[in-house]
Amino acid sequence: MFTILSRMIHTGILTEPLPTVAVGAPSTEALQRSLWKVLGRALCIRHVDAGSCNGCELEIQALNNPYYNIEGTGIKFVASPRHADLLLVTGPVSVNMEGALRRTYDAIPDPKLVVAVGDCGACGGIFGQSYASWGSIANVIPVNHTVTGCPPTPAALLAGILQAIAASGAEV
Amino acid sequence: MRDITVVRQFGEVVLAIAIAPLFVGWIAQCRAWMQNRSAPLLRQTYRMLRKLFDKDAAMAATASPLFRTTPYILFGTMVLAAAIIPSLATDLPFAHAADAIALIGLFATARVFLSLAAMDIGTAFGTMGARREMMVGFLAEPALLMVLFNAFLLYGSTALPSLVDGYRAHPTVIDPSAIFAAVAFVMVLLAENARIPIDNPATHLELTMIHEAALLEYSARHLALLEWASGLKLFNYACIGFALFLPWGIATNGADSGTALLISIAALLAKLVVAGAALALVESLSAKLRIFRAPEFLAMAFLLAVLGLLVHLLLGTKLA
Repeated sequence: MFTILSRMIHTGILTEPLPTVAVGAPSTEALQRSLWKVLGRALCIRHVDAGSCNGCELEIQALNNPYYNIEGTGIKFVASPRHADLLLVTGPVSVNMEGALRRTYDAIPDPKLVVAVGDCGACGGIFGQSYASWGSIANVIPVNHTVTGCPPTPAALLAGILQAIAASGAEV
Repeated sequence: MRDITVVRQFGEVVLAIAIAPLFVGWIAQCRAWMQNRSAPLLRQTYRMLRKLFDKDAAMAATASPLFRTTPYILFGTMVLAAAIIPSLATDLPFAHAADAIALIGLFATARVFLSLAAMDIGTAFGTMGARREMMVGFLAEPALLMVLFNAFLLYGSTALPSLVDGYRAHPTVIDPSAIFAAVAFVMVLLAENARIPIDNPATHLELTMIHEAALLEYSARHLALLEWASGLKLFNYACIGFALFLPWGIATNGADSGTALLISIAALLAKLVVAGAALALVESLSAKLRIFRAPEFLAMAFLLAVLGLLVHLLLGTKLA
């Protein structure tokens, strides 16, 4: 118990500042402001693995650690699509996961956003479009934003989520 | 005179509803700091509630009227409980309407409705959550009753306001049985409010969750009301704890002045800040127990409360 206590005290706050979004995109502060305005800085994410290799999942998990600390910015992962505002989908959508993905999308209350993650989510990646996979998430449900990379870094994921919110500011 | 107590009662309820999310936010903030993270803002809980009220409710096709009404029933029972518990003053019209045993019955009513609503949709996780909620409930209730019996033996009443008044009459006495009861009460509080040794409020794994599994099918305003109700429940339990073991600052029958009320508000806030930090510390230092260990944990709470009773009978102290 005292070991844990002393580690708590000596480690200090590890969280890094939010990533700066790529050139041409609005600044992180502007994104943050619109995020506060639009969703009251209280976004809930539901993650669906639609046939991913779990590379993207490892990076998504990293968002929850103390360094990236997505909860500190007011965004959190939830256990049910009914609680969610944003659907984070990975994988090329295997045929067997298509029904589950559609039902998850339908279960999310409006207004809702979809972010496709990874090269598989964007274009099918190394799996492509075949008898066993739909090739990209946009072929199954409407996608608001795509984060490419195999796998994308946690910083890219965070920037992508913020951009998706900023881009759809008017309708959400 | 009568009007003043009604206004005070109304103020107490409004204050409870308003600061319950703040208390939850404070605990979340302390937890984040103890995990070496930057914490979300204190008003994060309010933002979440506002967002949920703005969203459209998505409902399963199999939802019955029971499912729709449960959030309102739960919120209502928790507000009623907040009105009964003397968190600020003891001479409240509602405080004498029900004693502590009726209060436990009120919490049990809320639990029955939540469990029924969780089973209503017919999903596996909802039913599992309902079963677990009932299991934790029926183990925690006797322990909580024993804790209250400790206080009843000391002050000779089952009404919370009389307990506070009784304590205030003998403020310097620290009874050993009260210490046993206090430890047992904290264990019951952790179990009843889905806190870490029994349940993890931050978990996303359906197989380990208890309270949240019952809420999985709720969305938007219904979810907001249920979250708010669980915040109120935590606030209510904290206030029962303050009334039983730390009643300093609560305005008693004798003191009717505005300053006494101001002091009681300040004392309540100070106690909540300390209790929230302590709760977060307990949660950070302990690991979640396997569900099959929950009976042992709650049996321990029961045992401690019974030990308190025995100590009391052995020492033969009676203060009121």
